[in-house]
Amino acid sequence: MAPAGAAGAGATPAPSTGATPAPSIGATPALAPPQAPRGVAQARSLFDPEILRVALWGSVKKMAPQVQVKNPVMFVVLVGSVVTLAEAIVHPGLFSWSITIWLFLTVLFANFAEAMAEGRGKAQADTLRRTRAETEARRLLGDGSEERVPASVLKRGDLVVCEAGDVIPSDGEITAGVASVDESAITGESAPVIRESGGDRSAVTGGTKVLSDRIVVSIVAERGQTFLDRMIGLVEGANRQKTPNEIALTILLATLTLVFLPVVVVLEPFGRYAGTLTHSHGSVSVVVLVALLVCLIPTTIGALLSAIGIAGMDRLVQKNVLAMSGRAVEAAGDVQTLLLDKTGTITLGNRMATQFVPIGDVSEQDLADAAQLASLADETPEGRSIVVLAKDRFGIRERDLGEDHVFVPFSALTRMSGVDIGSRSIRKGAAEAVRKWVISEGGTVPAGLDEAVERLARAGSTPLVVADGARLLGVIELKDVVKEGIKERFEHLRAVGIRTVMITGDNPLTAAAIAQEAGVDDYLAEATPERKMELIKAEQGSGKLVAMMGDGTNDAPALAQADVGVAMNTGTTAAKEAGNMVDLDSNPTKLIDVVEVGKQLLITRGSLTTFSIANDVAKYFAIIPALFTATYPQLSRLNIMGLHSPKSAVLSAVIFNALVIIALIPLALRGVKWRPTSASSILRRNVLIYGVGGVIVPFIFIKLIDLFLTATGWY
Amino acid sequence: MSYFWVIVALVVVLALAWRFLGSYMEAVFAGRVRFFAWAERPVYRLIGVDPEVEQPWQRYAGALIVFSGMAILFTYLIQRLQGSLPLNPQHLGAVPPALAWNTAVSFATNTNWQNYAGETTMSYFTQMAALTVQQFVSAAVGIAVAIALVRGFARRNSPTIGNFWVDIIRCTFYVLLPIAFLAGFVFVGEGAVQTLAGTVTVHDFLNGTTQVIARGPVGFMEPIKQLGTNGGGFFNANGADPFEDPSALTNFLSIALILCIPVALTYTFGKMVGNRRQGAALLAAMAIIFGTWVGFSSYAEHQPNPAVAAANVVSQHQGNMVGKEVRFGSMQTTLYNVSSTQTSTGSVSGANDSFTPMGGFGLLTGMMLGEVTPGGVGSGLYTILLFAIIAVFIGGLMIGRTPEYLGKKIQAKEVKLASFGVLVMPITVLVLTAVAVSVPAGRAGPSNAGPHAFSEILYAFTSQANNNGSAFAGLSGDTAFYNILGGVAMLLGRFAIIVPCLALGGTLAAKGAVAESAGTFRTDTPLFIGLVIGVIIIVGGLTFFPAVSLGPIAEQLSKGLF
Repeated sequence: MAPAGAAGAGATPAPSTGATPAPSIGATPALAPPQAPRGVAQARSLFDPEILRVALWGSVKKMAPQVQVKNPVMFVVLVGSVVTLAEAIVHPGLFSWSITIWLFLTVLFANFAEAMAEGRGKAQADTLRRTRAETEARRLLGDGSEERVPASVLKRGDLVVCEAGDVIPSDGEITAGVASVDESAITGESAPVIRESGGDRSAVTGGTKVLSDRIVVSIVAERGQTFLDRMIGLVEGANRQKTPNEIALTILLATLTLVFLPVVVVLEPFGRYAGTLTHSHGSVSVVVLVALLVCLIPTTIGALLSAIGIAGMDRLVQKNVLAMSGRAVEAAGDVQTLLLDKTGTITLGNRMATQFVPIGDVSEQDLADAAQLASLADETPEGRSIVVLAKDRFGIRERDLGEDHVFVPFSALTRMSGVDIGSRSIRKGAAEAVRKWVISEGGTVPAGLDEAVERLARAGSTPLVVADGARLLGVIELKDVVKEGIKERFEHLRAVGIRTVMITGDNPLTAAAIAQEAGVDDYLAEATPERKMELIKAEQGSGKLVAMMGDGTNDAPALAQADVGVAMNTGTTAAKEAGNMVDLDSNPTKLIDVVEVGKQLLITRGSLTTFSIANDVAKYFAIIPALFTATYPQLSRLNIMGLHSPKSAVLSAVIFNALVIIALIPLALRGVKWRPTSASSILRRNVLIYGVGGVIVPFIFIKLIDLFLTATGWY
Repeated sequence: MSYFWVIVALVVVLALAWRFLGSYMEAVFAGRVRFFAWAERPVYRLIGVDPEVEQPWQRYAGALIVFSGMAILFTYLIQRLQGSLPLNPQHLGAVPPALAWNTAVSFATNTNWQNYAGETTMSYFTQMAALTVQQFVSAAVGIAVAIALVRGFARRNSPTIGNFWVDIIRCTFYVLLPIAFLAGFVFVGEGAVQTLAGTVTVHDFLNGTTQVIARGPVGFMEPIKQLGTNGGGFFNANGADPFEDPSALTNFLSIALILCIPVALTYTFGKMVGNRRQGAALLAAMAIIFGTWVGFSSYAEHQPNPAVAAANVVSQHQGNMVGKEVRFGSMQTTLYNVSSTQTSTGSVSGANDSFTPMGGFGLLTGMMLGEVTPGGVGSGLYTILLFAIIAVFIGGLMIGRTPEYLGKKIQAKEVKLASFGVLVMPITVLVLTAVAVSVPAGRAGPSNAGPHAFSEILYAFTSQANNNGSAFAGLSGDTAFYNILGGVAMLLGRFAIIVPCLALGGTLAAKGAVAESAGTFRTDTPLFIGLVIGVIIIVGGLTFFPAVSLGPIAEQLSKGLF
């Protein structure tokens, strides 16, 4: 029986709805990790029927040798299956045909895995293409008149006019006007965003729709090079380059394949010689040798390698992050230093009133009352939070002040705001300003003020002093509220060896206090673009990889310098071009997700490689006795699985080898689970699951397949 | 001394060698120990080398190849011309070309595969000027390569990896010569023969027989044979000849000398990269495999010999005593032979051929793991570093980071060089064995029938491609076919690994370092040790399982389960 609606009584009031930041930019619930994928990344089940259909056809098309040759491991399988096919034609038999068919299926399954991964991207690209459908632009001519032209003929530097209801024809910068724009086609976020000329919110994306007002846009990208075009290319994986790590792994796999070739080929002369030694029939069947080769080479990882890479990019897209290259995703997994902007990432973004500190004999309620009056007309988030706090603490409601009052807005000159009600003048503002005001009104400054102001400032808060005429009432504490859960998240990051650095324009005192509260490892106070840049270079100089997020044009150099630079979609074009990822949600905590995806990508590759190689043990025990029992009957003791016959043993191993690819496709597409713990515990876990598990699992399944084959009575 | 105390003493001696010889070698190669500078200088002047100038890896490798090529040529020529050279009291004639080639390659590659009986083939001059000299310098070459590779890890953004000439000269002057010289006195003092006089003829009046007893400058050759993990003995019986291994003390000293440099180099490695735990981790991986194999082979040799049991003439409470060094018993013989097969030494104090199938399997597979446990001087360290790189690569991927080892990123190039280096040996062994079993000249080699014949051929190529040099015996190796093919195996097993290692050293040296963090994959933990062992066993197992199942496994299983 929980008491419903009972507000938690305590010193820190929960900021309620009144304090939501103004027309927010890509306002996502900042720290809700399991976000429902939206927009570009429509949630698709792993086996969406449409993708399955496309993938099935795609896997057949990929049988072409010129495609296969790019994957050395699977190419060997294909060649092997051609060899057994020839053998099956020359010496037909159920066994050789069965092996041939299953070898072809192995290649087909590998293609299917890749086609599945690509299919998900293709489906997303199709959605995007619909947005790009031919639009008409209203090009502004030199004399101020307009002409209607197809969007495809627009050149860089052309000026176009967009009014409510128009689709923006191409990427550009607003040169005049302000408009609300629906960017849901790109970001999936249905709330409109404000775009205006000048400053950091001037970039617009082709394909988005103007909802209100009129803007003039200077085109910055021609057809084929727009953001949307690049996005389509990226999600389709059309020109996907192999990443450095993928290349290294491919080399290892190719070398393994290369070494198993002689290992298997020499068995022919070895067997023949054993035959001579024992005066028996020692020759080894080519079909079995090919089967052994295919079972030994790392087909599992070879088949799934490119699917893993494509799926990794895809997972990022589902988090609404577009990576310009796979290299950047991989680098994200290695990041050791994260530069995070304080505002919006670590704190909620606005200062909130959290405490009334009366000075002298003033009661807290009197202070709250005056502060509330002074803030009634203050529409800033800070002002509203004061009203909310007064209500929460003392139940002071909003009231009608009658006719006889004048609100005094904040000005940079006075650094105060307030209200005049009749003869009463209530002011709130910076300590220095209010102090001067009180003195000018003929009052005195009480002794406790300096101490209170300094105490709050040292705690990282902003003290706001309130005076009623000549009487100084006290101080309101305005505090940066650190996001809930962010501290734990930083702890996780620390556990995996990532250092977090908070970047803020605040003075060092405030910065230190917030840094401590949020649990970041370090902070850069009074940050300027130059100092950010210096910090990045210093970190890189000591051998660390740095990731940062930014949106402004002045962030562009730092974004380019960072190893992983995530530009916010709301940011300027310059920022977007400088970074190597774009976050469509413009949510600064995304950086952490990006790191996770990067790590997951590598872990999935490593784990499946281990699994693939570990599988070989069981396959050896299935095939070697089958291969040589004719020569050395005693080797049947190695048949520890008790497989029915040499033929069923070999076929079981081949079937297992093929089916395991299909079975692991979901894992390859989803990625191996990553938990933020120490490197050793991750390794121990994965070695156990994929190494030890990889040794045991095939023993069980090869035996099961053998039982099934035996039951058919054919082998 | 009981077997138990032999083991305890060995562990103590090796621990001391690890700590002190290891740190001494670091100082030698860093150029901080220079008490022989007066002797170094004239050598540099003679070969025209400026010891201050370092070499990039290509020049380092070039110098090494030239040096080894010259070594092969000189060793070959001395053998061919020994009839006209001094110190030949037995008036032995020229060594036949194929055998001379095989022997020249064998000693220049630190293999010491011997297709001859020393006392009846090589003059004293050949033994001393050709073979013993190579036992020093080929060991120095191996150590130099290991040091150059480790420099790659230790250095940051460096274009060079040291100077080959300086490294081998310092290694010889400061490490090999002093230890071998001191140990030589022990051998001679214990009764190893040391003379330039010819054979002695003894008449045994009791039995009415006449015996010719071979002698020679053996005592001072013996230490470097073991210390340099060479293994090439003066006499055909190698360590089983009392003139080579006269007492229990020298037997113990032999085992200790075999193991001391490979073990100590792991300390040198740790010190050079600034973290001793890294060296200790590699040593632990080596020791665990070594210990397991000693245990396994000892157990196997403790079993009665089935043929002897069938004859039912003697009790076999000591296990299989066939072919054992009866003075030291089956356990110490096994320890000696396992030490020698797992260090690429190849000297023996018992007949490998007469081991039980599983005992022989232990010796054979010890080599098949790549001679890294602890392996030959230098070669053990540089080869296990290749395995470590592969372990780091796979392990690094599994924790979600671009793998790095000792602060160096392991990328495509490193993986390429390391996997090439690791796989060249198995491929060489398998392909050459396949050739041998396919042609009449090869099939003529083995003297036994059944799977044992196959084991003999497989063993020969495994031993040569690993630069081990131990022989399974039973194989008539002194034929043109085996001499030439064996030479090829030895060359590939040596230089096809050394060159990638040096290239790796060069690539790594040129790299900057990555900062370490809590997310870095630690390479000094039991987990990593396990991973390295896993990679070594898996690579060895996957490449050789079919082959050994046709040899020792088939042989053993025919006699029932082990």
